[in-house]
Amino acid sequence: MEKYIYLDNNATTMVDPKVLESMLPFFKDRYGNPSSMHSFGGLVGREVEKARMQVARLVGAEHDYEIVFTGSGTESDNMAVMGVLGYYRDRKHVITSRVEHPAILSLCKKLERDGYRITYIPVDRDGNLDVEMLKSSVDDDTAIVSIMYANNETGVVFPVEEIGAFLKQKGVPFHVDAVQAAGKIPIDVDKINCDLLSISGHKFHAPKGIGALYVRRGTRMRPILYGGHQERGRRPGTENVPGIVGMGAAAELALEHLPEYDSRVRKLRDRLEEGLLRGHKNAVLNGGRTNRVPNTTNVGFEFIEGEAILLYLDEKGIAASSGSACSSGSLEPSHVLRAMGVPFTSAHGSIRFSLSRYVTDADVDYVLSVMPGIVQRLLEISPYWDSKKQEPLPINL
Amino acid sequence: MWDYTDKVKELYKNPKNVGKIDNADVVAEVGSIACGDALKLYLKVDDKNVITDAKFETFGCGSAIASSSALTEMIKGKTIEDAEKITNRDIADYLGGLPEEKMHCSVMGREALEKAIAEFRGEVEIQGYNDHDGEIICKCFGVEDTLIRKTIRENSLKTVEDVTNYTKAGGACGSCIHKIEDILNEELHFAEIMKAPAKPAEKRELTNIRRMQLVEETIATIVRPELQKDGGDIELLDIDGKKVMVALRGSCSHCVLSEVTLKNLVQERLREFVEDDITVIEGK
Repeated sequence: MEKYIYLDNNATTMVDPKVLESMLPFFKDRYGNPSSMHSFGGLVGREVEKARMQVARLVGAEHDYEIVFTGSGTESDNMAVMGVLGYYRDRKHVITSRVEHPAILSLCKKLERDGYRITYIPVDRDGNLDVEMLKSSVDDDTAIVSIMYANNETGVVFPVEEIGAFLKQKGVPFHVDAVQAAGKIPIDVDKINCDLLSISGHKFHAPKGIGALYVRRGTRMRPILYGGHQERGRRPGTENVPGIVGMGAAAELALEHLPEYDSRVRKLRDRLEEGLLRGHKNAVLNGGRTNRVPNTTNVGFEFIEGEAILLYLDEKGIAASSGSACSSGSLEPSHVLRAMGVPFTSAHGSIRFSLSRYVTDADVDYVLSVMPGIVQRLLEISPYWDSKKQEPLPINL
Repeated sequence: MWDYTDKVKELYKNPKNVGKIDNADVVAEVGSIACGDALKLYLKVDDKNVITDAKFETFGCGSAIASSSALTEMIKGKTIEDAEKITNRDIADYLGGLPEEKMHCSVMGREALEKAIAEFRGEVEIQGYNDHDGEIICKCFGVEDTLIRKTIRENSLKTVEDVTNYTKAGGACGSCIHKIEDILNEELHFAEIMKAPAKPAEKRELTNIRRMQLVEETIATIVRPELQKDGGDIELLDIDGKKVMVALRGSCSHCVLSEVTLKNLVQERLREFVEDDITVIEGK
């Protein structure tokens, strides 16, 4: 296949060539250890500090030392929650949502086994969080609230500013998992009033294996790893210098490209979405239209199955992802779609397209041109569709 | 990304026998849209019980479509009696194998076939029939103990994870996992009993020649292959009445466990297959 059309940017992104360029010296000649006393290492350390500043700017941090580099978004999420719980040992309540990433949900399941009380805030049919329930769930025992900024599957953006203002007044630590927001919408930790905020490099054109946690000055927490003094003792271990430098460069580029996401990428996404919804009788939108990151759309194709759609798309050189049971390797459709109450008829056929600034008009045209053939073929195979009348057959659930 | 065989890919890309048979003799449907996969099988059967045509409609992933297509290809031209012998294993083999997590697709094919045959024989009423002859174990996917037991036996399943991969039972809320464990234990116990060799009728007193023959044979065909698996070997030095003198060779000779090997493996095997009062002595 000549060209691959990559519409799975919420899974991972291409490393920006400029980012790659910035990293290369640190794989070659500039291999010094930032902690060394000699200038060979010390000068490398300066580049790490430069990257810290670049990442601080991306999230609107006041001080560069509020950025801690980690190995991934998952590590950042774990460090935030475990770190705060490590400090507030007498508080045994955590609030999160039902639609968080497994980096938070699996951790919360483990905490439940360890005796913690976890409140999972539900979402409505559009994927919006029940903020009133969140507010009323906070009590004296609440150690931390961890909520995602934008959902990875639907792109729905949560009202973190409203939650942050409330929690600040209550004095409860607030962690925001902004992995899917970074590079897509502006992030300002002061507007959000969060204490902690996670991001991951490979979601905005930096390489895999580098993440960061914003830790507001004065946040009380304990490290989850013990070792050297790196990252002010908050995340010991010799720094992933090329990754850090790359993440810094990517953060700077992400800031520059933010207006493009709000304009060109958003238009492309909307055109793709409308084309899919208009072009297929069995297509429905999963998630609300209004509060969303500009690059994501999640469309359910009723009466056909998501993995089969992905395999057919792959044949045509298109990469997307699905919340169906089969594609995940689990036997149930995605926890996000289930929490939203998406009916089975479309949950199993849900396809997420997530764009990036590298996606072109021609890419969207191509997807819109091949999709009807794929959907029609699978509807012909489906026992729930009357191909002659082009309408669904009655279903015995 | 699943590691599908070329055959699976070929059949989900270009499935054979898709669609309805308008005047089908039997139509059987298994699975549901809620469960994430469903298969509707149409059969045309002649007066000699030969399946002259088979078609399908499937809601499901690539391997579900491929399994359905494979099933229809396999049963066309077969008599009902021959088709009945097809197992989910056979469907998976036809496809050159399926990922473990996708084996339930082959089980779905077999289930549809089974149901179609039962309907053909009039064992169930086509309208509003009740095919629930077992106890529902997994409420999320509506899996009955009869299907779980059958699948365990036919595929020699050993773990709960296997059962989930093959039948989907236990794959959602997980609350039935202890029940699956119980079934699995019963089935494994049952398999153990079926496998155990019948006890020798009577204790026999062997002649010296016969005993020597049996000892040699047992060492050559049973003991040596077992030791060779670990890079070892054995040499038979002498047989004196019921005392057998052997030497361990290869990696066994300097193994600190050689004493244990002698007692556990060599002597146990000789007692099992020759006489139950044989003793083994290590020579040089």
